[in-house]
Amino acid sequence: MALRARMRWRLRQPSVVPGFGLALGVTLTWLTLIVLIPISGLLWRSSGLGWGNFMALAFDERTVNALTISFGTAFAAALVNLAFGVILAWVLVRYRFPGKRVIDAMVDLPFALPTAVAGIALTTLYAPNGWIGSLLEPLGIRIAFTPAGIVVALVFVGLPFVVRTVQPVMEEIDKEVEEAAATLGANRLQTITRVLLPGLLPAGLTGFALAFARGVGEYGSVIFIAGNLPYVSEIAPLLIVIRLEEFNYAAATAIATVMLFLSFLMLLVINTIQSWSRRRYSNGA
Amino acid sequence: MALDTGSASNTTLPNLVKAATSETRLARATLIAVALGFVGLFLLLPLATVFIEAFRKGADEFLSALGDPETFSAILLTLTVAGIAVPLNLAFGVAAAWAIAKFEFKGKAFLTTLIDLPFSVSPVISGLVFVLLFGANNALGPILQSYGVQILFAVPGLVLATVFVTFPFVARELIPLMQEQGTSDEEAALSLGATGWQTFWHVTLPNIKWGLLYGVLLCNARAMGEFGAVSVVSGHIRGETNTMPLQVEILYNEYNFVAAFAVAALLALLALVTLILKTALELRYSHEIAASRSH
Repeated sequence: MALRARMRWRLRQPSVVPGFGLALGVTLTWLTLIVLIPISGLLWRSSGLGWGNFMALAFDERTVNALTISFGTAFAAALVNLAFGVILAWVLVRYRFPGKRVIDAMVDLPFALPTAVAGIALTTLYAPNGWIGSLLEPLGIRIAFTPAGIVVALVFVGLPFVVRTVQPVMEEIDKEVEEAAATLGANRLQTITRVLLPGLLPAGLTGFALAFARGVGEYGSVIFIAGNLPYVSEIAPLLIVIRLEEFNYAAATAIATVMLFLSFLMLLVINTIQSWSRRRYSNGA
Repeated sequence: MALDTGSASNTTLPNLVKAATSETRLARATLIAVALGFVGLFLLLPLATVFIEAFRKGADEFLSALGDPETFSAILLTLTVAGIAVPLNLAFGVAAAWAIAKFEFKGKAFLTTLIDLPFSVSPVISGLVFVLLFGANNALGPILQSYGVQILFAVPGLVLATVFVTFPFVARELIPLMQEQGTSDEEAALSLGATGWQTFWHVTLPNIKWGLLYGVLLCNARAMGEFGAVSVVSGHIRGETNTMPLQVEILYNEYNFVAAFAVAALLALLALVTLILKTALELRYSHEIAASRSH
């Protein structure tokens, strides 16, 4: 009897707490109105283009260039953030130094500072007559108005992701693991590279993927510093805006659909990394 | 500089072991220098630039830039849009967290993924979907227009785009928190004869108030600072549909740098206040805020 009751399919497990219907109803209604209908509208419009037309628009030379630039610069920026983010997290977790609290709080600045503000500030700094730009100019290095400028903006935007995913994992590291490695004769460098860093890999990869995904779609901070030269420093979100301003809705829809598809793919990768790391690292924990 | 030696017990151990469980002084100093250099170059310097540029020609110029009527209407519009969008997402966030955290039901993981969806969509696409939905060449736009309802290039469009972009913030903060708290408090209240609403107002809400505030804080910061999505639906009508970030762009592109940075400084101030409140909440109420710090 009890078994049969448990086997019966139900939408939800019984509970004495009321309000399931109301809460789920509000959630689904709001989700449908704000997110699902608008996104389906985009996909529906995109499917209305027809396959041949869609492929022609999505793989137009300028579009492919813009997508390549978006993904390439986001990848480079995420790599920079992975390297420096792990160091920054390590320093914040392990060492004491004056102003540490402030630095820790400041890591979230890119989440709080509007992207347009970051964009004009970075452009002012890295322009040939700016503080940093004028230092680099004699060396023949130009950052602003080149793809390198895009990377700088995306490093800013993605900075918190790696730090904030790696930091809590570092805090959880058991000191005994390091002591065990030391007793077994590992020197400090070996302990870090063979024992500590492998354990941080899933968190680091998650942070990398989050920073990368954010960078691909970023618009506000990039458009000021990029120079926006077609085929050279024009990012995909900007090309969508340009096509919209030309009332070329078909092209804007096609580019957006490709970007949407690629970001879902990224989401899938992130989820896979996380479930893989749960399987691999949470055994016995 | 007081550098941590790794752990307190190290000082009593022989030198060999000490070297093996903590880095050398030189390595520590180098790592700290690299980290601080990175933070300084990418975070502190841009932030300082905003304020330096805003006050480059003195406080009078700064104030007169803010006194401009177009800028003033941009400030008002930003407050209006955030004032509508944030409460909407607050109500949604509480409802979603109630359903997801307090009950076990089929498709819960899928629903959670859908709620997170707006985070993985480019801001420009977030605006584009509403242009496609309400644009002049679509079904809905002309129908609404015939009833005198203007969505695009008007406040409703700005609110919709902002709600879309800030959709997950409150829910994401509350779900892990309420999951951690479980349902035993609510069950106790209910068994003592409280009604559902009484339980919510007197038991659940006090339990989640700091987490709620935390979510609202982040939601508001994003709502006021959103650029890409709002830019696409705004139409850039001066003095009418320009929010503060859009006003920054317009002033900057007109080479009116002092005015652009003056508005930017206000937004940067908002970001700083957000960070300070956020840090204070984390320090004081760390147990009453969801454990996850990344968002």
